[in-house]
Amino acid sequence: MSEPLLPPIGMLAELTHRCPLQCPYCSNPLELLKADRELDTKTWLELFSQAADLGVLQVHLSGGEPTLRRDLEQLIAGLSARGVYTNLITAGVGIAEGRIQAFARAGLDHLQLSFQGAHPASTDCIGHYPGSHEKKLETARLARACGLPLTINAPIHRHNIEDVPQFIDLALSLGAERLEIANVQYAGWALANRDRLMPDLAAVERQADIVAAAREKLIGIMNIDFVTPDYFATYPKPCMGGWARDAFVVAPDGTVLPCHAAQSIASLRFERFETRPLAEIWAHSEAFNAFRGTEWMQEPCRSCERREVDWGGCRCQAVAIAGDAAATDPACIKSPMHAHMGMLIDETQRKVTPIAGEPFIRRRIGVFKSAASSLTPSARPS
Amino acid sequence: MRVPGPKPTVSLRSIPSLPKHIRLQFDPVRQAVAVLAPEQVLWPNEAGLDILRRCDGRFTVDHIIADLVTEYDAEQEEVAADVIAFLQDWSDKLLVKL
Ligand code: SF4
Ligand code: SF4
Repeated sequence: MSEPLLPPIGMLAELTHRCPLQCPYCSNPLELLKADRELDTKTWLELFSQAADLGVLQVHLSGGEPTLRRDLEQLIAGLSARGVYTNLITAGVGIAEGRIQAFARAGLDHLQLSFQGAHPASTDCIGHYPGSHEKKLETARLARACGLPLTINAPIHRHNIEDVPQFIDLALSLGAERLEIANVQYAGWALANRDRLMPDLAAVERQADIVAAAREKLIGIMNIDFVTPDYFATYPKPCMGGWARDAFVVAPDGTVLPCHAAQSIASLRFERFETRPLAEIWAHSEAFNAFRGTEWMQEPCRSCERREVDWGGCRCQAVAIAGDAAATDPACIKSPMHAHMGMLIDETQRKVTPIAGEPFIRRRIGVFKSAASSLTPSARPS
Repeated sequence: MRVPGPKPTVSLRSIPSLPKHIRLQFDPVRQAVAVLAPEQVLWPNEAGLDILRRCDGRFTVDHIIADLVTEYDAEQEEVAADVIAFLQDWSDKLLVKL
């Protein structure tokens, strides 16, 4: 490798795969783990402590729905005692009375709350949970009342892309200081539901204009993070800030991953915490070293001047669309598969159904038991 | 979109502070001071840290400038311009409260 190994800054802890909602774009793998596979409290705390020793400064507590873990207060307190910045990523439904306050007391630094829609009907329909919108509003109020800073996360797709202005108003009305307009990334369940989620180009362009104008008007009032849609991009994003560069993910059973979708790359082997210390996995795991830095790159990435800007983009997207995890991300205009990505957009637009009639594949534990391959679109155009 | 008022602007009388959830913290692994904020970690340079350490809700911008002029033995005008630009930028990013 050309440069020294740096310690990771961030960790995404997927505490559980359990979730009361069933979003059709959930970023969890298709093969969801049951509660009996989750690490226990002691093991998570040990892992967090090793992460802090290694240099992790921020931990994002996520899932599934992390508040389903009854020991969440304890986990937050453990991180807080080590000076690690904690961010709770929640769907905000079914949180028992008094718990948000307890999280704050345990030292929680920040709360990120997802809204599936900007209106009750669409939130409830997309998440497949009646009454969820109201519950989320209540969670936001409770969080603000105990002084927690709030980010609203809005996952964007065909069925809510026109509601971006309403999402902005909603976030402002809840006193959020950050809003993520996050276009769905087509991995995991989102890839399985791609035909039922992909927006069209005109809507994507309108959205970009609206976000740009709102950002300008809201400088110093609310930050808007815009996660642009890959399929419409010219250049890819630096996925995870570069593979195994400054962050990693831990699945509910302690499997340490370079990104949350990494298990879709069948050629890689991942290691579990408990069988090996975190520092060793970070430095030596085969999966982490497979795409670290720039040595692994093929052309056109290898000689491209952006290779240390976007690190060749997303490996999971490369495997899903180009059929080769070491290929240039097809979102890149220089990829020979870039035009194919455009064709995929067109294909998804053939049958557009109103949301109520949309035959989503609903996220549930046990729907997929074996490898996800039956749902992965064919690797190459014929 | 209903914009809730104009954005905060720095004046000599502003009293800057770090919001509770923005933490200035020494990182023993990297031997540097980090700013921990929602979804980001920043590594300000020494000049930036000298300003941020004085953002504790007790001093006016005027006072901070005077303090730094003495410490750096520098021109008042130059320091004032730097401090005001820095604080405006950090306020625009919601990292400093005015
Ligand atoms: S995306 Fe939806 S279903 Fe998946 S974990 Fe988040 S709230 Fe639950
Ligand atoms: S060719 Fe590779 S490095 Fe260059 S812009 Fe495209 S993805 Fe990035």
